[in-house]
Amino acid sequence: MPRRKGAPEVNAGSMADIAFLLLIFFLVTTTIETDAGLDRMLPPIEPPDTDVIIRQKNIFTVNINKNGQLLVEDQLMDLKDLREAAIAFLENGADGSCNYCKGRRDVSSSDNPSKAIISLKNDRETKYSTYITVQNELVGAYNDLRNREAQRLYNRDFTDMESEYLNPETPSSIRDDLKDKVKRVQDMFPQKLSEAETTSN
Amino acid sequence: MRKTKKRIPSVSTASLPDIVFMLLFFFMTVTTIKDTEMLVENKLPEATELSELDKKDRIIEIFVGKPTAKYSNVLGTEPKIQLNKKLFNIEDVRTYVLSELAKKPEGIRNLVTVSLKIDENVHVGLVSDIKKELQDVNLLKINYAAIQGNYTSVLD
Repeated sequence: MPRRKGAPEVNAGSMADIAFLLLIFFLVTTTIETDAGLDRMLPPIEPPDTDVIIRQKNIFTVNINKNGQLLVEDQLMDLKDLREAAIAFLENGADGSCNYCKGRRDVSSSDNPSKAIISLKNDRETKYSTYITVQNELVGAYNDLRNREAQRLYNRDFTDMESEYLNPETPSSIRDDLKDKVKRVQDMFPQKLSEAETTSN
Repeated sequence: MRKTKKRIPSVSTASLPDIVFMLLFFFMTVTTIKDTEMLVENKLPEATELSELDKKDRIIEIFVGKPTAKYSNVLGTEPKIQLNKKLFNIEDVRTYVLSELAKKPEGIRNLVTVSLKIDENVHVGLVSDIKKELQDVNLLKINYAAIQGNYTSVLD
């Protein structure tokens, strides 16, 4: 058998085409998914040992019925007005101990932000999207107030600081610094959102 | 100048496959092919005050919604709970969640968040049942999955 001089070269010119084809396939199918949502903490199942007496004026009640209508402090309210009403309630500051509040100091509303509680109650038949929207507005009310204070103190949005603080890639030196700031703003308007059991009528 | 070059030197394309392959490998490694087939409808509600959930390994997902059109003639139209790849009843949620929790490394067990991916047409009653189950097993960090959007669409 006569030996060939060398193996014939494979034409690699079409390699790029094949690779492009695969690349385009992966480009099209890839969906870089980022999960996002509203963070909530559920209350622990054990009831606290001591019964705390909360004055009625420190509770901001929000009721949602099965048709998605809102009853806020015994008055029918539109969803778009909820955020403003919640903000007004939270920073009312009737007892005057809250020096950063810009509320009306109405004696029939909350004493100070750390005592103010928002109580949310909904019907079993309420649509989930309505429920989330209401939650969103209430969380938004807290965020608006916290952003305002964070802007005043640190010239920066609270939500921005918090997400940087929670991001594990942030260097620890910055995180330690942010921790105190975030904590301080959080303590100015502590999120007290209680959810009552759903009713079935 | 009258004198022109006889030939324009051609750009070598020999390294093109290498570049493309590099991109290809990047996308191949980044891509996560979703292996859970959705048995329930899952159109998430819209919200604006979102916080992002990174760290996939610290999440337990619970899907709730009506069975998809493909299964609705068998399963009916009542909302169902999908855990992993199967549908479960409300009583089984705690068993599933605990078994998922046991699979996580011990160090991060108290950091686990339950991501509730609930279709916007589900009623809150079922959601609060799930929340009660989670409370019973002391998994208190939850996240209502939502997409960034304009909440006013709910008003119409």
